[in-house]
Amino acid sequence: MHIGTFTERPYANLAENEVYRNASFFGVSNKHFDPKVGADLYHRYLDQNVAAEDLGFDVIMLNEHHANPFTMGAVMDVEAAILAARTQRVKIALMGNPLPITDPLRLAEELATIDMISRGRLVAGWVRGAGSEQIANNVNPSYNRERFNEAHDFIQQAWTRNGPWRYEGKHYHYRHVNPWQKPYQQPRPECWIPGLVSPETVIWAAQHRYPYLALATFLEPTMEMWDMYADEAERQGYQAGPENFGYLQKIVIAETEEKAQELGHAWLYGGGQPAFARPEWMFPSGYNSKAATARLAKAFTNPETGDVALASATYSENIDVEAAKRATLATYQGFQDSNQFIVGTPKSVLPKLRHVMETIRPGIFICWHIEGGTVSQEDAMTSLRLLGTQVLPEMRKYAKELGLTSPDEMKPGSRPLPANGKRLPVVGKVDRAAE
Amino acid sequence: MAVMEMAAREKSAQVGGATLKYLEGGSGAPLLVLHGELGFPGWTDAYEQLSKTHKLIIPLHPGFGVGDRVEWIMNMRDQACFYSRFLQEQSLTPIDVLGFSMGGWIAAEMAANNAAQFSHMALVAPFGVRPPSGEIRDLFATPTQNYIDASVFDAVGAPELSKLYGVPGPKQYEMWEDARAEAARLAWVPYMFNPSLPHLLAGVKGLPTLILWGKDDRIVPASTADVFASAITGAQLELFDKCGHMPEIEKKDQFLARLTAFLAA
Repeated sequence: MHIGTFTERPYANLAENEVYRNASFFGVSNKHFDPKVGADLYHRYLDQNVAAEDLGFDVIMLNEHHANPFTMGAVMDVEAAILAARTQRVKIALMGNPLPITDPLRLAEELATIDMISRGRLVAGWVRGAGSEQIANNVNPSYNRERFNEAHDFIQQAWTRNGPWRYEGKHYHYRHVNPWQKPYQQPRPECWIPGLVSPETVIWAAQHRYPYLALATFLEPTMEMWDMYADEAERQGYQAGPENFGYLQKIVIAETEEKAQELGHAWLYGGGQPAFARPEWMFPSGYNSKAATARLAKAFTNPETGDVALASATYSENIDVEAAKRATLATYQGFQDSNQFIVGTPKSVLPKLRHVMETIRPGIFICWHIEGGTVSQEDAMTSLRLLGTQVLPEMRKYAKELGLTSPDEMKPGSRPLPANGKRLPVVGKVDRAAE
Repeated sequence: MAVMEMAAREKSAQVGGATLKYLEGGSGAPLLVLHGELGFPGWTDAYEQLSKTHKLIIPLHPGFGVGDRVEWIMNMRDQACFYSRFLQEQSLTPIDVLGFSMGGWIAAEMAANNAAQFSHMALVAPFGVRPPSGEIRDLFATPTQNYIDASVFDAVGAPELSKLYGVPGPKQYEMWEDARAEAARLAWVPYMFNPSLPHLLAGVKGLPTLILWGKDDRIVPASTADVFASAITGAQLELFDKCGHMPEIEKKDQFLARLTAFLAA
């Protein structure tokens, strides 16, 4: 199993009340941003990722969001290039580059550059980008899926086909494709696909034999998605295995239980992940497929009034912020109970981690390392150090025992189906003897 | 959408290899009606009144909740050319046209391309031109119900609004999302306007034109009315006090009186 680390790299200095008044991280005015604080934070996050390599992690993962204090990684590839030079061993997983909002030729050049500087340690990951990214970059959400597919296919060609050649697609046109940057990994860099809930993406990843990395989703829907992946893999003629699946897990560790619990609340800073962006920014016009819209309409219909909650929204800057904070914090224990947050000492988190590993059987396991407005650099580093020195070795033992093969141990998509053509289970308590 | 209750029947025609669904109702001189960005609103009181003196022909814009999207239509001018071809193939030209909001933009594009296909043109708070002051409200990042609420000056004084757009069930929500998605596909950027349109409208001559606008429009600022009125030779301008983006609902009687007089002239 690959074990990695990740943080959103939040702008930690943000006044939390501003987020509550705006009912969302996205949309808070950048008048609250101080570049001097930003400078310190970028260095802090880079240093942490370099330290993660020394602590034994296999992967450092970055992500990208725009116009949002939730994440400072608006230009992820720049961070990745620096880490490529400052590290020697870890994979640098970009989860992911939002294809529809970028210039794919430029992206092919950037990623090949990072792959060369790291001497082949890049993991390219592709995403559609959250709805808010389409708004922040002014890219038509109605063409999101089309642009994603076309940009992906174009980049594969730009990396592998000798130029110069002309490209005339639907959304992209180039008269001279001839990048003098080619990936160090041939024919192309390793690729994983991160995702939340979109079945279209799961199916697409299975078709391309790309590992699918579930981004801290609840275990039950995660298993449904992975079953969907494995079904598609069967149709494609291969058996999915742990090497096809990755999972992002929120985890924080401290020397004492009390300290860990104190730190764990940082995940709910400003309302936490649910406050990333308001629904109208998450789902701008055309961003969702018709099937996804139908699912949402059903899920958000009030059975008593017949009203669809997503159709309207009311916000007020004059909300009772303290009451809203209390409501957010009241959800904390529930997230622990469902293992969304794993919080504790090295000893107390291990059974929980084992449970997650046994249940969903990932070959890539990324620890979403605590950050946010209330976590000091010292506490963050302690958590990372305890994770690396005391938890990682145990996780590796579990992984070996459970047969959780990484993409390095088993090439994703290379596992044959059983002779009868029917796939084996990929999640839950798998009967090892049957394999 | 109150299709069932209305005095119109659904028809279809083949246009450029695609199926166009449209409604036909009423009797009298044909009147092409182009609906707005949220899809066909249902058989409004204004339609009912107009259908007493006109045969309404109401295309259901492809992709806006009823008919299928036509992939090769990628902007509002494509949409306009599609309808010009429909009119030509159905031998409906010259015809009177009434366009609401985004439908007004389509009508204006058609007139800019070939004014002779119309005998009268009435545009109700059309998109299509960049407002000289203010901004067009962002439909694509606003919950639909909030957008509708912003479409009138005073919702209480416009009871038809809740009749048409009251509590949206999942079906209505899906249709709105369909319409919003297609509107975004056609007009994401520049947002709901075409920089060349005012220049081409300046070439429209000899087409009786009426621009109708609420002075308190919070969707498309009323300052935009002057751009249309000054670009199109001889255009008449009717502004309504204490009225938002939907004068056909909020100032129904005045709206209908002015419109029918214009069409009869």
